[in-house]
Amino acid sequence: MSIVTDATTYDCRQAFADELIRLAEADERIVAVCNDSVGSSNLVGFRERFPHRLINVGIAEQDLVGVGAGLANGGKIPFVSAAAPFLTGRALEQIKADAAYSNTHVVLCGQSPGMAYGELGPTHHSIEDLSWMRAVADLPVVVPADPEQTRAAVRWAAANPGPSYLRIPRFKVPAVTPPDAPFGPGIANTLTDGDDVTVIAVGTLVSRALAAAERLRAEGIGVRVINMPFVDPLDVDVVLAAARETRGIVTAEEATVSGGLGAAVASLVVAESPVRMRILGVPGVFAPTGSAEFLLEHFGLTTDGIVAAARELLGHGLHS
Amino acid sequence: MLVADPPLAAEYRDLRVRLADATVQEKVAELQKISLAVRRSVVEMIATAKLGHIGGDFSVTDILVTCFAGVLNLDPTRPLREDRDRFVLSKGHCAASLYSTLAYCGFFPRSELATFMAPLSALNGHPNRVKVPGVETNSGPLGHGFPVATGAALAAKLDGASWRTVVVLGDGEMQEGSNWEAAMTASHYELANLTAIVDRNRLQQGARTEDTKSLEPFGDKWRSFGWELREVDGHDHAALLQALEPSTTGKPVAIVAHTIKGKGVSFMEDRVEWHHKVPSPEQVRAALEELR
Ligand SMILES: Cc1ncc(C[n+]2csc(CCOP(=O)(O)OP(=O)(O)O)c2C)c(N)n1
Repeated sequence: MSIVTDATTYDCRQAFADELIRLAEADERIVAVCNDSVGSSNLVGFRERFPHRLINVGIAEQDLVGVGAGLANGGKIPFVSAAAPFLTGRALEQIKADAAYSNTHVVLCGQSPGMAYGELGPTHHSIEDLSWMRAVADLPVVVPADPEQTRAAVRWAAANPGPSYLRIPRFKVPAVTPPDAPFGPGIANTLTDGDDVTVIAVGTLVSRALAAAERLRAEGIGVRVINMPFVDPLDVDVVLAAARETRGIVTAEEATVSGGLGAAVASLVVAESPVRMRILGVPGVFAPTGSAEFLLEHFGLTTDGIVAAARELLGHGLHS
Repeated sequence: MLVADPPLAAEYRDLRVRLADATVQEKVAELQKISLAVRRSVVEMIATAKLGHIGGDFSVTDILVTCFAGVLNLDPTRPLREDRDRFVLSKGHCAASLYSTLAYCGFFPRSELATFMAPLSALNGHPNRVKVPGVETNSGPLGHGFPVATGAALAAKLDGASWRTVVVLGDGEMQEGSNWEAAMTASHYELANLTAIVDRNRLQQGARTEDTKSLEPFGDKWRSFGWELREVDGHDHAALLQALEPSTTGKPVAIVAHTIKGKGVSFMEDRVEWHHKVPSPEQVRAALEELR
């Protein structure tokens, strides 16, 4: 299989906005709900097209999610959208009780996740959201890696009758999704074949994983790169095959290592098919001040970081 | 952690001593001078960082300067002195004007302001208590500062201590329910040692407050929650000084400070896009010209 990424980058925020408007044209149950974030939730176009279907509850995230759940109860399909740290953190209990436990069709859209708001500091970084959202039962957690997958996530969430959390990337990213790639809960995309080591990545880290694979292939190391847009529920078969068929798994996510993708993969393989792992993410600290790119470098969430982790894994593997 | 700038701290102490005996007019003249300097440095910080919330920085500047230079009992050389007054900037996105005010009051060297939001700087985009002296609690997510300030005021009351607590909130921020929870706690416990100042500039991030989720009748809301209400022009230092006098009713005091977002730079005033727009080099020049 060839590596599908190229140098061109695409805007996931635009993909989110376009797809939402397209769906709303066809289904008038779709409404957007936001918290004084029409601009930052990419809802300006939606508001122009459907002024009465954009509900702005102001700066009030608990209200935001509760109102979303009520709209769903009233037969609407609300896309509830806010900066990811405040949506998930501030309204965690509403997400648990009103969206997930009540099984309402609320689509939670966490905008600008990870360390996209680098300089604004840890209050504005959304690195805990994957752990928090994974911990809530009956709440699929979706991390699209490119515009194609962002559109697929919006379509899937609109059609799926229960709640879901979509993590909408802020920055432009290369296209990584092959044409006709299937999309749904428990379905991963295997982007490259390889028998030496597996890299499982999500979101911003997927293109970096592909670049790392290319670098390692030049050294004769075969890397299996898996994009896992559903952090919950995971693609169990793909993970267990990787655990059996390769000598180690590196996971990479723009999130804390406490409880996100890496933890999900680790708790699966440790029960079924233990294998060496390296979990790349933010190592249980609050980030220093700096831009998003600076912070990704700072925490080794880079092509170099993935290459180093894979080499280290294989090195240890050789001596064990 | 940054440390006090000794000459500036001394200057600040002198200023406080001088102001204690000064006429209101003399006081106001000093505060105006500092406000102007703070606004100028905010322009430079935001232009350098290419990020920031200039509109809200400018609407709150006169409030910050009145509090720090004119009212609060603080010692920049001992920022954690137990008997200090507590000040909480709940609208933490306006860190630039808080940092600048703190620097002008000697809490750390003014030269540090140039590092605003730069990699590894202590001056993060939102106030950080661990790194910046003078910051009592981290803020940035709206709706956090008021409950923390209420707790501080409650601690003082429990100890019979005489220090006071002041919290500054955005008006858009008042849409967060946590603030009204704190307002009820404070009046229930009769926290006359707590003052909440709302920067009522009538704009929030995306639009006017009254077009987003209306707050009016705003003063009545405070009164009905058990607060003593004072309404002032939030750019009038003399009026702010008076409004910051202790409670006369035994109730906590809410100051609704009527302000203008972007105050001081004509092309930014009352314009929603300057919530977090970054001025171009020409706009920086024009702004600094107006702030002379
Ligand atoms: C909990 C939370 N939700 C959303 C935001 C994003 N945000 C930052 S500033 C702002 C507008 C604040 O308006 P206001 O309180 O009126 O402040 P000011 O106009 O004085 O800048 C918003 C929505 C945030 N920082 N925290």
